[in-house]
Amino acid sequence: MTDKINIEIDGRVCEAAPGEMIIAVADREGISIPRFCYHKKLSIAANCRMCLVEAEQGGRPFPKPVPACATPVGEGLKVWTRSPKAIEAQRATMEFLLINHPLDCPICDQGGECELQDVAMGYGGDVSRFSERKRVVLDEDLGPLIATDMTRCIHCTRCVRFCAEIAGVRELGATGRGEDMRIGTYIAHAVTHELAGNVIDLCPVGALTSKPYRFTARPWELTGRDSIAPHDGLGSNLRLHVRRGQVMRVHPNDNEAVNETWISDRDRFSYAGLNGADRLTVPMIKREGEWQQVEWTDALTHVAERLKAADSADTGWLLAPNATLEELYLAARIARGLGCDNIDHRLRQQDFRADAADPLFPWLGLPVAELPRQRAILLIGSHIRQEQPLLAHRIRQAALDGAEVLCVNPLELELNHRSTQIVSTPARMVADLAAIAKALDARGSGVMADLIGASAPTDAHTAVAQTLQQADGQGVVLLGALAEAHPDYSLLKALAGVIAEAAGVRFGYLPAAANSVGAHLAGAHPAILPGAHPAETTRLAIGAMFDKPLTSLVLWGLEPDRDVIDAARAMAACERAKFVVACSAFDAPSLRTAADVLLPIGAFAETSGTFVNAGGIWQSFQGAVAPPGEARPGWKVLRVLGNLLDLSGFEYRDSAEVREELAALCAEATPDNTPRTNQAVTGPTLIAETGLTRVGAVPCYALDPLVRRAPALARMPGAEFSVRLHPDQAAELGLADGDCVRITQGTAQAEAHLFIDTRIAVGTALIPAAVSGSEGLGAMIGAITLERLSGRTAYCERG
Amino acid sequence: MSFRNAPQAVAHDVNKADLFTPEIRTAIDAHIAKYPPEWKQSAVMPALSILQDAHGGWLTTDLMNDLAAYLDMPAVSVYEVATFYGMYDLEPQGRHKVCICNSISCMLNGSEVLIEHVEHKYGVKVGETTADGRFTLKEVECLGACRDAPAVMLNKVYHEKLTPEALDTLIDGLE
Ligand code: SF4
Ligand code: FES
Ligand code: FES
Repeated sequence: MTDKINIEIDGRVCEAAPGEMIIAVADREGISIPRFCYHKKLSIAANCRMCLVEAEQGGRPFPKPVPACATPVGEGLKVWTRSPKAIEAQRATMEFLLINHPLDCPICDQGGECELQDVAMGYGGDVSRFSERKRVVLDEDLGPLIATDMTRCIHCTRCVRFCAEIAGVRELGATGRGEDMRIGTYIAHAVTHELAGNVIDLCPVGALTSKPYRFTARPWELTGRDSIAPHDGLGSNLRLHVRRGQVMRVHPNDNEAVNETWISDRDRFSYAGLNGADRLTVPMIKREGEWQQVEWTDALTHVAERLKAADSADTGWLLAPNATLEELYLAARIARGLGCDNIDHRLRQQDFRADAADPLFPWLGLPVAELPRQRAILLIGSHIRQEQPLLAHRIRQAALDGAEVLCVNPLELELNHRSTQIVSTPARMVADLAAIAKALDARGSGVMADLIGASAPTDAHTAVAQTLQQADGQGVVLLGALAEAHPDYSLLKALAGVIAEAAGVRFGYLPAAANSVGAHLAGAHPAILPGAHPAETTRLAIGAMFDKPLTSLVLWGLEPDRDVIDAARAMAACERAKFVVACSAFDAPSLRTAADVLLPIGAFAETSGTFVNAGGIWQSFQGAVAPPGEARPGWKVLRVLGNLLDLSGFEYRDSAEVREELAALCAEATPDNTPRTNQAVTGPTLIAETGLTRVGAVPCYALDPLVRRAPALARMPGAEFSVRLHPDQAAELGLADGDCVRITQGTAQAEAHLFIDTRIAVGTALIPAAVSGSEGLGAMIGAITLERLSGRTAYCERG
Repeated sequence: MSFRNAPQAVAHDVNKADLFTPEIRTAIDAHIAKYPPEWKQSAVMPALSILQDAHGGWLTTDLMNDLAAYLDMPAVSVYEVATFYGMYDLEPQGRHKVCICNSISCMLNGSEVLIEHVEHKYGVKVGETTADGRFTLKEVECLGACRDAPAVMLNKVYHEKLTPEALDTLIDGLE
């Protein structure tokens, strides 16, 4: 709005936009008005009445105090927030609010950071005139994350509005009336939305608190430390609350360009994994099958000797994509210093045919904050709510604003907004994209030209094409984690690029992990050197590393049976290798099997570092707590290793120096998703049209080693190992809901319960990856067969 | 409460033709027709009354869920409406409802005497049903008949300026 008006608050002249609420202007000016129900990101309810102020307009006083959160400003408005009349109104409201509020602050988790407590200090009386009985409200079980003490609820309805407006699930409501009004689901069921934890921050009192944190600390014992979330590609800004060297809980920091004021439950509750029992705390070496604790110097000297002695062409470095930029850069330097280019962070990718054409600095394709302004968004192979909870929220904002959200996926997503979804097998997804490209009159070259030429677009494909075209450039085609895991990722990528170009919209990637983008800049890629410079020769990507039995392997921050696309092959490769060194924050059973040396490194919050998010923003953070036991921040371990290997330039004083060195190399790098060569994608599609294909989506709370170790998140539904089939598919195979089945994928096998699910494409079986039970299986997307097990088996009895 | 961007319509995975009886559907449809198509949920109150009348005077969670599906609205919104208004009952009721107003005018004019009288004579407390299932005693908020307080609503009919004896006669007339 251009025409600003002037209003006066407490005698101060303030600039305001017509139609703005008084409280928004006051907040901007730093004038404090007490409030409970108002929240800048939610609709206005004006039901707590705490924000009453005295006002007059054009010389005419309002007859009674007005709520500042629901009174729009106008020319000539004068407001008094602390006049006797305003204070009297605020005091009276406070007295009413306290009538039914229990006096249990000493045993309330919110004590010390309670908005009601704070405001009562300012406005409350010291003696209660209310001598009648206070009401008591029964608590509801909202699941493993949110604790309830509903007697404390003051009915501000922030939680209800959050669930309806931000999460998009109308699960909470205010039932009953007057004294009997209560907030709840009415029919007790757990609130399972992936952003639901935000109601803990929103609740001004102690009615909704964090279950895992409950009764463990008091706010005045905590020290706040800024950090960046280590899970999805967004890099939400966090405030870690630390006591005596332990992260006690995690809150969001506001950043409009990244996470607004929210964080996902994954970012909020994963810290619990830091305090688990299975942390790796001392360096260890396996000697004759026995694990022995050793000194750091011994461990590192041993590792240096072995790596130096190994043939660099037969060495491979696998790095977790949520390692810090500094760790990735130093690891890449060491690997290349030893003459080894077999280095990769793309652990959940199996098709590397496009490596020569892939962009050097791939990203979302647009700043995160621009997502809500798109008119059309095409998601390809993305279980978006599981993969990127807050980007899903941005996309939902776009949809509510009228954007069309289109999906091409092997399963139907539960999106809390309008969407058009094409659901088909992984093999058909390629054909679907070709058909959409054809409907856009795109040609392509090589294999793509054949694919596009051979396709016959249906109405659904044409509709998608038209919607994208009608977005007038305000659209984006996004590739998700399921696309990345696809055996024909190179084709999906090329087709998506062709579609975006023909429709005149942007093209982007949904980076699966906190530093997927940064890993390209750090050179943790067989075809890319630090600074996003192309390597002269492309060496082995992870797929090839497993095919060619390597003799030495370095694993950084990952569990080979969970974090790699093909768990069975990864474990086999580790077993074949003569020397495997695993740097890990956790003492995982798979590492004990796979590795010969275990080096304890600091996890999230225990090291300083930098993540580059989906939007290409570099976000640095400091360590908040010390790593446990002998564990050391990863970059320091690499610094020592570099020196032991006699590599030059490993004299960094701190991680900032590492970052600056890399930043200088990246001076020229700009995010760009255009393929580097126009060279046609080679090779036919690799995926069978017939038979059953596994889709191994990674559940939200199984993404990486840290989040898998958060006990509260592990209790959330959706992470159990199972097989999900469309009813028609099950009928065709003669299987029924509840059956116990054996999954055979190549030579790998596993057993699981079968569930019928109409959301899954026929020809596809949803069998999650990265969860307990999936370790024995092969690629996340690949051909499988199912067979019913008649007798009950050990697994099914457990399940 | 009005939400800034709450989903106005929520599609439920049911076949609407399987819900309720054809008569009930026709009756509800008549109310739906009074509102713009995207404001179907405005019919929630009359629809709840229709369902309650057809179900012995009370509503079950299943009925409310079905109505939510029928009106494309979130189930919790139906619960909010049904729990807010005194005319909806969520527990089994007697064959009749004796609803005694106990708001200010009626209270000043003796409604408490009426309530006590019924409680003693028929052995029911407010909210309870007589042992023979004949009626449920309800205490309700202002019926809007203050001029002739105290007022009692017997099922759907108002009776005003009542004395305990007059109320007895009315109750005696109930099957
Ligand atoms: S539970 Fe908390 S956020 Fe929800 S209405 Fe009550 S006080 Fe407000
Ligand atoms: S903040 Fe204004 S009424 Fe609640
Ligand atoms: S108070 Fe009873 S009718 Fe108004």
